[in-house]
Amino acid sequence: MRFLFGSIFAFALATLIGLGATYFALTRGAAFGALKIGAWSAYPRTGTSDADPYARASIARSGQLPTGLGDGVSFTAQTDDAGHPLDGRCDVVLSGTTPTARFWTVALYDAAGNLVANSVNRFGFTSQEIVRAADGTFAISVSPRADSGNWLPTGGIERYRLMLRLYDTPVGVATRAGKEVPMPAIVTVSCPQRQS
Amino acid sequence: MIRWALVIVVGVVLGAIVHLATIMLLPRTATQDAYSRLAAIAPVNTVTPVPPPSPDGATMPFMDPAFASAVCRYDLSSGPIKFSAPVSLAYTSVSFYTRSDIAYYAINDRAAGRRTIELELMTPDQHADMPEEEDVTAADRLIVESPTSTGIIAIRALAPEPGLMPMARGAVAAARCVPQTSASR
Repeated sequence: MRFLFGSIFAFALATLIGLGATYFALTRGAAFGALKIGAWSAYPRTGTSDADPYARASIARSGQLPTGLGDGVSFTAQTDDAGHPLDGRCDVVLSGTTPTARFWTVALYDAAGNLVANSVNRFGFTSQEIVRAADGTFAISVSPRADSGNWLPTGGIERYRLMLRLYDTPVGVATRAGKEVPMPAIVTVSCPQRQS
Repeated sequence: MIRWALVIVVGVVLGAIVHLATIMLLPRTATQDAYSRLAAIAPVNTVTPVPPPSPDGATMPFMDPAFASAVCRYDLSSGPIKFSAPVSLAYTSVSFYTRSDIAYYAINDRAAGRRTIELELMTPDQHADMPEEEDVTAADRLIVESPTSTGIIAIRALAPEPGLMPMARGAVAAARCVPQTSASR
């Protein structure tokens, strides 16, 4: 009897640990070889045939086609530089420069990977259409309220993520975070929700 | 006490096995992966434009809204495929994915260095069966080997500003993927 209870408990524990770890790995993005710069993270190896089993599982589960390394590299940010989750009700500024690339795009998605509806049909910016300062840097205002300049509307949703994609870029598997890869800063300027 | 410690150790070890097994098996059992999503809209060995992502939904999550895209869902079992795509004004890329959505090769317009990206896609066996002289004369013939006999070719063109989107759509729609049966070779 004690043996039976012991085995049942062991199997229950195994199921819990096994499936829990799998779920955690796939939702938190636990693939190896992450390139983390500030709040941004990219998995250049996921776009190659060297993708590890974790990357393969998360590709299959998410349903997206990863950006091939000969094409470009995708960076994702879910928090600002201070580590606060990106909140669509706050005013966030994305500013600075990007690593060398022939083109880059930035786009805003909800947690499921859909674009967010807004009155001006603006879902992102490309490096060509962005308004820059005299020194070549740019600032994008990511906020629910219309703003002059580069305004990326959040639609007021609670959680969103930003994706910055570099196309035809030397950034890749061998890249290490450092001076040669300057990613734009993400700063929450004001946030009425957080104080209340 | 020792008995319960043993039970917990066994549980943790089995849990690790369950975890690794589910990670390894997941790609084979996924029904909502990119290939399955595209299989619903794209016939085999034909270039099919992918509807642009919108807030109401998209074929795949996290699609870049600045790009026009088309796919060729290929099947090499009846022979290699000849692929060509015109280069659009801004940026065009062609990425190759296996049946399990792993990107094994990608090329962009600059790497191709011409007005059209032209290449042949075949399995390693078909490449090995190619007559040798054919391989040699084709100095600037680009041959891509697919690790699986089925997969996806994704053609993507950038619209640097929204007004250029029709041009980008036209460019990806003009791509061709044509099966080369042994008779026509």
